[in-house]
Amino acid sequence: MILSPLHDRHTKLGARMAPFAGWNMPIQYCGIVAEHQAVRESGGIFDISHMGEFEVVGAEVVTWLNGLLTNDLNSLSDGEGHYTLMLNPRGGVIDDLIAYRMGEDRFFLVVNAAKIEEDRDWLESHLVPGIDFADRSKEFGAVAVQGPAVATAWSRMELEHPLPKRNGALECEDGVVVCRTGYTGEDGFELFAPVEAIGSWFDRFVDEGVTPAGLGARDTLRLEKCYPLNGSDLDAEHTPLEAGLGSFVKLDKETDFVGRDALVSQKAEGLKQHLAAITMTGKAPPIRHGYEVCDPDGEVILGKLCSGSLSPSLGRGIGLAYLDAEDCHPGKRVSVRVRERAFPAEIVKKPFI
Amino acid sequence: MNVPDHLYFSESHEWVDPALPESATVGISDHAQAELTDVVYLELPEVGRSVSKGEAIAVIESVKAANDIYAPVSGEIVEVNEALAEAPEPVNEDPYGEGWMIKVRLADADEVEGLMNAATYRDTIS
Repeated sequence: MILSPLHDRHTKLGARMAPFAGWNMPIQYCGIVAEHQAVRESGGIFDISHMGEFEVVGAEVVTWLNGLLTNDLNSLSDGEGHYTLMLNPRGGVIDDLIAYRMGEDRFFLVVNAAKIEEDRDWLESHLVPGIDFADRSKEFGAVAVQGPAVATAWSRMELEHPLPKRNGALECEDGVVVCRTGYTGEDGFELFAPVEAIGSWFDRFVDEGVTPAGLGARDTLRLEKCYPLNGSDLDAEHTPLEAGLGSFVKLDKETDFVGRDALVSQKAEGLKQHLAAITMTGKAPPIRHGYEVCDPDGEVILGKLCSGSLSPSLGRGIGLAYLDAEDCHPGKRVSVRVRERAFPAEIVKKPFI
Repeated sequence: MNVPDHLYFSESHEWVDPALPESATVGISDHAQAELTDVVYLELPEVGRSVSKGEAIAVIESVKAANDIYAPVSGEIVEVNEALAEAPEPVNEDPYGEGWMIKVRLADADEVEGLMNAATYRDTIS
């Protein structure tokens, strides 16, 4: 198992560690609920050293990447980033990622840990002359610093650079990249630093009062905002349109992209399934990945939860499931089966909070 | 970790207080609650159910995971701590007191002797 450059710090802080995408990562320190609330109310810091970082350079880089990603990179100015997806020819998801334009001919891509190899192989298999692709994942450690108070923490630290604006990215002289993005729905930033430097950055934020938070809280925070998790909510069989991510898919951009034809036909035929948001309506056990979503009587199975958790902010179970389009309207009553018993639930509008 | 001297413990971290042989009290240890972290849901058995030692009798859930609780002794369940179904926090805050879970009328009082005493349990978790 791969150890994060912050591993010793996690151990010292008493974190509970668990395997995640081949890495031994902190799941929680003081408790998922407390860490979740710290991020919603003030600030938390997550080790995201497992994430992958790619650099792509070339005069025709915009055109090349636009042929492999769903969003339109022409909409980005230097120092700006956006969420985008990489699809297979059937329109299914290989990975979801953030692409930052670092310069006219240079992009920084941040991809999911479990998909680094698959993404790299896919991109390299499409390489054309004039494009330089580099997987820099092993060079970077990274932290996500998230919450309403972290921007002021940054200011207090009197660093050389101000934080970039929302979705922006900034390169510092010491090889550090700071991006005003995240996976919690709160203001915050992600900081990528050379492996040997990430520890001192972690310490500085903790010294500023930012609470260490683990992957457990990262999951409850993202689920409350309906941010999809690749491998659970996104997969090679479902398209971003079914996942409700149509706003990140630019079917009419200049460049044709892998998966576009499949999406165009799917749109023309009408979507048969949607990734629906489900809330428990009464007292019920926490709902989890794999539990069955049924009709209100618990007799007809409508689908399975691809994500499910207790929402610390709402105090009840929330989840996502692919359901037939006619079952997906907000207000529709359903149930979730937990240990052979059906508990009442309903479809709600996204996000949960 | 708090391991009170007068209690007996199972390998799956339940405690038994045999002070009243007519209805031994059962809960989970301080060590177990710390490992589980924030308990958010508890599903307890029905009063009147007969259980055998080692049988899964309750489900305890944190945000992250669901775990079974096993009967440390055999007998009939004569009382359950209904308050925990509404608010399970005492399982974390007071595992040997307000966090008690069930009372069992022992089928065989000698079964308690087969459990670990406090000193032995302390060794297994240290």
